[in-house]
Amino acid sequence: MGIRFVLMVNKQGQTRLAQYYEYLNIDERRALEGEIVRKCLARNEQQCSFVEHRNYKVVYRRYASLFFLVGVDKEENELAILEFIHLLVETMDRHFGNVCELDIMFHLEKAHFMLEEMVMNGCIVETSKANILSPIQLIDKAS
Amino acid sequence: MNPFSSGTRLRDMIRAIRACKTAAEERAVVRKECASIRAAISENDHDYSHRNLAKLMFIHMLGYPTHFGQMECLKLIASPGFPEKRIGYLGLMLLLDERQEVLMLVTNSIKQDLNHTNQYIVGLALCALGNIGSAEMARDLAPDVERLLQFRDPNIRKKAALCTIRIIKKVPDLAENFINPAAALLKEKHHGVLLTGVQLCIDLCKVSNEALEYLRKKSIVGLVKLLRDLTNSPYAPEYDVSGITDPFLHIRLLRLLRALGEGDADASDNMNDILAQVATKTESNKNSGNAILYECVAAIMSIEENGGLRVLAVNILGRFLSSRDNNIRYVALNMLMRAMALDSQAVQRHRATILECVKDPDASIRKRALELVYLLVNENNVKQLTKELVDYLEVSDPEFKGDLSAKICSIVEKFSPEKIWYIDQMLKVLSEAGNYVKDDVWHALIVVITNAPNLHGYTVRSLHRAVQTASEQETLVRVAVWCIGEYGDLLINNAGMLDVEDPVNVTEADAVDVVETAIGRHSSDLTTRAMCLSALLKLSSRFPSCSKRINDIIHHHKQSLVLELQQRAIEFNSIIEKHENIRSALVERMPVLDEATFSGRRAGSMPNAVSTSQGAPPKIPNGVAKPVSAPLVDLLDFSSDDIPISGPSGGDFLQDLLGVDVSPTPLPGTNQTNKSGNDMLLDLLSIGTPPAQSSSSMLDILSSSQDNQSSGDLLGKLSTPSPSVQTSSPVASSSMMDLLDGFGASQSVPVAVTNGPTYPSVVAFESSSLKVTFNFSKEPGSPQTTLIEAQFTNKSPNMYSNFVFQAAVPKFLQLHLDPASSNTLPANGDGSITQRFRVSNSQHGKKSLVMRVRINYKANDKDVLEEGQISNFPRDL
Repeated sequence: MGIRFVLMVNKQGQTRLAQYYEYLNIDERRALEGEIVRKCLARNEQQCSFVEHRNYKVVYRRYASLFFLVGVDKEENELAILEFIHLLVETMDRHFGNVCELDIMFHLEKAHFMLEEMVMNGCIVETSKANILSPIQLIDKAS
Repeated sequence: MNPFSSGTRLRDMIRAIRACKTAAEERAVVRKECASIRAAISENDHDYSHRNLAKLMFIHMLGYPTHFGQMECLKLIASPGFPEKRIGYLGLMLLLDERQEVLMLVTNSIKQDLNHTNQYIVGLALCALGNIGSAEMARDLAPDVERLLQFRDPNIRKKAALCTIRIIKKVPDLAENFINPAAALLKEKHHGVLLTGVQLCIDLCKVSNEALEYLRKKSIVGLVKLLRDLTNSPYAPEYDVSGITDPFLHIRLLRLLRALGEGDADASDNMNDILAQVATKTESNKNSGNAILYECVAAIMSIEENGGLRVLAVNILGRFLSSRDNNIRYVALNMLMRAMALDSQAVQRHRATILECVKDPDASIRKRALELVYLLVNENNVKQLTKELVDYLEVSDPEFKGDLSAKICSIVEKFSPEKIWYIDQMLKVLSEAGNYVKDDVWHALIVVITNAPNLHGYTVRSLHRAVQTASEQETLVRVAVWCIGEYGDLLINNAGMLDVEDPVNVTEADAVDVVETAIGRHSSDLTTRAMCLSALLKLSSRFPSCSKRINDIIHHHKQSLVLELQQRAIEFNSIIEKHENIRSALVERMPVLDEATFSGRRAGSMPNAVSTSQGAPPKIPNGVAKPVSAPLVDLLDFSSDDIPISGPSGGDFLQDLLGVDVSPTPLPGTNQTNKSGNDMLLDLLSIGTPPAQSSSSMLDILSSSQDNQSSGDLLGKLSTPSPSVQTSSPVASSSMMDLLDGFGASQSVPVAVTNGPTYPSVVAFESSSLKVTFNFSKEPGSPQTTLIEAQFTNKSPNMYSNFVFQAAVPKFLQLHLDPASSNTLPANGDGSITQRFRVSNSQHGKKSLVMRVRINYKANDKDVLEEGQISNFPRDL
């Protein structure tokens, strides 16, 4: 299992989406998010996209006002995770059309559905945007 | 419509929360929403359960408790419609708090959904099982998942594959059922199925050797072909990432090959060609290509020996290392760590570049590089590398200094070719980052210094120089103060000059200045100041001309509000003023510290050491003088017992010092007196809090000295301590009175205790990790029964949980334990547990109390057991 959590956080450090693939209670999660976000937000553009925190390695990438942070274990290929983040953003872009913070906030469940189609139990399930989005489009059509 | 089911839409709630200006406002909004959702749940109002769950997910994300929504998820999952199930499963995965009951309730729904005719619903159930399934669920549902691995729709097969990973991780015994279906997945065309199938095989290999062998035999050829086809495949728009087809699948395939090739020469042989092809052909100008190269290098490093490929891999890392992209440099450093184990020569070639990375502005890169440099150091390059690191220490960021100095110290200790170099480097580190180093570092330095007699002069002069410019570095000041105290005379007369030194001109007054400045600095902490006082005492004997001035400084500290300093000042002051004849003998140079003992102790105090109580049996003070412990050890705050004391006649000194007339009646206890005299001497010289075991031997004396009004003149300056105070004050002041009163009283111990129903508290049990104090009281009218209040204090930096105290008494006693105040004990003495119990003594007046104790607790997730016997109860309880 490579991916331990996926976070989306805005520039002010507010969590906009959080998905954990291991169990942490609310206090642990809040503390972890606070520490990691503080660390990542303090870094500048030139610095590398990896931060080590506790026993996690956090791979993060910034898109406009939104930070995507993925916590992985030490064995994971960091560059691949970076590529995964980009894929996630592209997928959301394709669905929402130039995704922004508000899209994720107001369609939190859809964002989760997409993530669910991409990652399961910490492993990547699917990398084709069409395959990821087709079940979500089906729901949209149905409702 | 139910008035409680709030009509606010999800959108409106989010808006309301966003509009909040303070955290308190946000909490209020969330509380209101939660209340209405709870109301809706308890009213069984289904109209809005979908919306309510979406709200709960948002509230959960903000970090508020949402456990009450779990049952709602179950209801939604059980409902027939897809949208309800969809949100229900999502809610379950997000809100679940690992409560087994909830999981058990959901097992049945998942089982039904796994057999649903709608494939999307099957997908949902698989996803939920894969994300949150427990071991029981894995056992129950494994057959269904196994069947779904062959489902017609690839989107189900891929989810079933990942679900299987969860199952075999929870129940490894089930792995063998899945070997064949997993191997079949590797022959698929669909990328999603391949990706998850490969991942499943990787995990199968981890849990089952059988799977590993099977895949080695049957699948390597197929996997190699798969990877080759993928590498050569034409443009595939759906999976293309900047010109490379499905880098994710590339990486997973490489990882599986690595797992199969590790430790198997034949398998490794079969994949050499394809690895070489990937390593040479992959484009390295894009991140996706580099990700594949990185994984390929990792595979080459792990599989069995192939020199040619290794060179290729190290070259790729070299290229990565010189990249301008920080991400690439980071992964290169990461991988070079692994390469060190295989081919350290090849990595050494990049030493200069790696050293540059230690100075990178990026903290992540610095950290990696520093770890790597640490591995690179060997006997040949230690001087050069250390110089680079020490130079960098001067300019590095403050937050990096801690890590960096710890690593330098570790390198210097490990590889130091000679003592003078060691001392030089450590002084540099302490001058630059003395506030960041740990205590054991400067302790170790002092041990090394005492063991290098020919360098004493050199060291003290270097320290004197260093402390002039870096006086804000606490640990440097401590070492300097200690050395000036010990070797002050060598500082003044330039004794033991080395060729490399220039003579310095330091007067006695200058040396005292250093100590005086250190003791007066506001930033100095208790340890430093206490060390300063000890150093001053020593200097007063080494520099007779400054004795008056030193006495003034010490005198000044007699008013210190800190007990430890006040006590020292008073004791030292009386030594200087009244006991001129023995002073020089008292402050003789410290004996050489035993390096082996120190390093052994250090190793023993490593945080991962198993129970400390097994290594060193707890010392139980029992009123009898304990064996002599070395003053120096106390001085450095080591608590080891086996260093021989230097002065064989410590007791005599003491008797001189205190002007004790030899015991009026030569009792068998005389010998004992001498020994406790030694203990006194130790206290006199010790830094830190006086160790309880030596002082508690004075406790009895304390109570007697109250009757006995022969207190010395200094006693008048202290208020008479009340014996029932339980903190360190009776301990400290008892040794004080002991100093003044001498031992005449110690013979008359039994006399003392008759004067009332109060008894002094005792330290009943003490080990390196725990301290137990007993306070006694009697119920009026029942002299046989004693009420004891035990107080437990944690001396270690780890919190103790599951703390249980048990006690056993001989037959003539009866024991009744009350419940303890808590079963967790905060670290570092930051709080305590109290437990009361009652002991009835049927032989009251004839026999005194004894007790065996056993203490269980969990520290650092390890069970610790400490045991001991308590026999130092006051006599007539």
